[in-house]
Amino acid sequence: MRVIVNGEHTEVAAGRVDALLSELDYAGSHVAVAVNFEVVPRTKWADTALNSGDEIEIITPRQGG
Amino acid sequence: MVNFCGKEFSSRLLIGSALYESPAIMQDAIRASGAQIVTVSLRRETAGGKAGDVFWSLIRDLGVTVLPNTAGCRTVREAVTTAKLARELFGTNWIKLEVIGDNDTLQPDVVGLVEAATELVNDGFEVFPYCTEDLSVAMRLVDAGCRVVMPWAAPIGSARGITNRDALKLLRDRLPDITLVVDAGLGAPSHAAAALELGFDAVLLNTAIAKAADAVAMAGAFKLAVEAGRIAYESGLMDARDFASPSTPVIGTPFWHAVS
Repeated sequence: MRVIVNGEHTEVAAGRVDALLSELDYAGSHVAVAVNFEVVPRTKWADTALNSGDEIEIITPRQGG
Repeated sequence: MVNFCGKEFSSRLLIGSALYESPAIMQDAIRASGAQIVTVSLRRETAGGKAGDVFWSLIRDLGVTVLPNTAGCRTVREAVTTAKLARELFGTNWIKLEVIGDNDTLQPDVVGLVEAATELVNDGFEVFPYCTEDLSVAMRLVDAGCRVVMPWAAPIGSARGITNRDALKLLRDRLPDITLVVDAGLGAPSHAAAALELGFDAVLLNTAIAKAADAVAMAGAFKLAVEAGRIAYESGLMDARDFASPSTPVIGTPFWHAVS
C-alpha cells in the first residue's frame, strides 16, 4: 500500500498505525502521529486503520525558540 | 511572582532550547538563566525518533515547564494540527502559537493567528500567541481567550531590541490584566531590562543567549537584567524631561548673588 509518510511517498505493509511505527523503526520512541491532519492519540494507534494515499505525519521533540 | 494561565512562577525569563553549541551548554544555560518555562518544538525525524528521545530526556532532567511552539507553520490548518500534535507529544495544553506571514521578517500573519487562536482556545488550549505590537490584534487575541500575549520587539533573531517602544507601552496600558511577554528580537540584557521597565511581565529569549560566545554566562547576565528591570518597574521610574533639574541643593550655593 502506498501512503505518504512525512511528505514522502512510501510503500508500506502495515495496515494500522502501531504496525506502521514498528515497520518504520519508531517503536518505543517518543512520537506523536497525525493521519490526514487528524492527531491519532497513542491509545488509538492499535485501532486506527490506514488507507492507501493517507498522509501520515510522525513527529518527535526538537529544540525550539 | 508572575502568573501564566493560573500558575505562579518566580522567574520572568522564558528561554528557548535551540541553537546552543551542545546539549550540555543548553542545559547549563537554561539553569543559569533561572528560567522555569522552556520552549520546545516538534519536527519530522527519519532516524526512528532516537534524536528526539535524547533531546526530550535532557529537557525532562531540567524539571521545567515546557512550552511547545508551532514554529514554521504558515497556515491556520498547519498551526492547529501542530498544536494538537504538541499536546499529544508533550502532554501539555500550553502552546506558543506562531503563524508566519512573511519568510524574510518572520512577521506573524495576524489574521491567521487570531483564527488559529480562536480554534485552539475552543479546543481547551492555553494559547501564547506570538504577535506584532499592534493593539487591535492583541485585543482580538484577548477576545479569543488568550490570557498571555507575546508581541515581538523586533524580528526573531535580529538582536535589534525594542523598535516600537510607544506601541509596547500602549499594550501595557490598555491590557493591564493580561500577561504580556516580549517574545522576539532582543539582543542584549539592557533590551530585556527595558522591556521589564515598561511593565512587561516577562521576556522570551533564545538566540541572544544561545549564540553568545559564552552562552552560560550570558544567560546569567539576562537573568540579572530581567530582575533589575522588574524591580525598577515596581519601584516607580521617574518621567523623562526636556531640561536639567539640579540634584544638588541650590540654596546656599557659595559666591552666589542675585544679578539684576
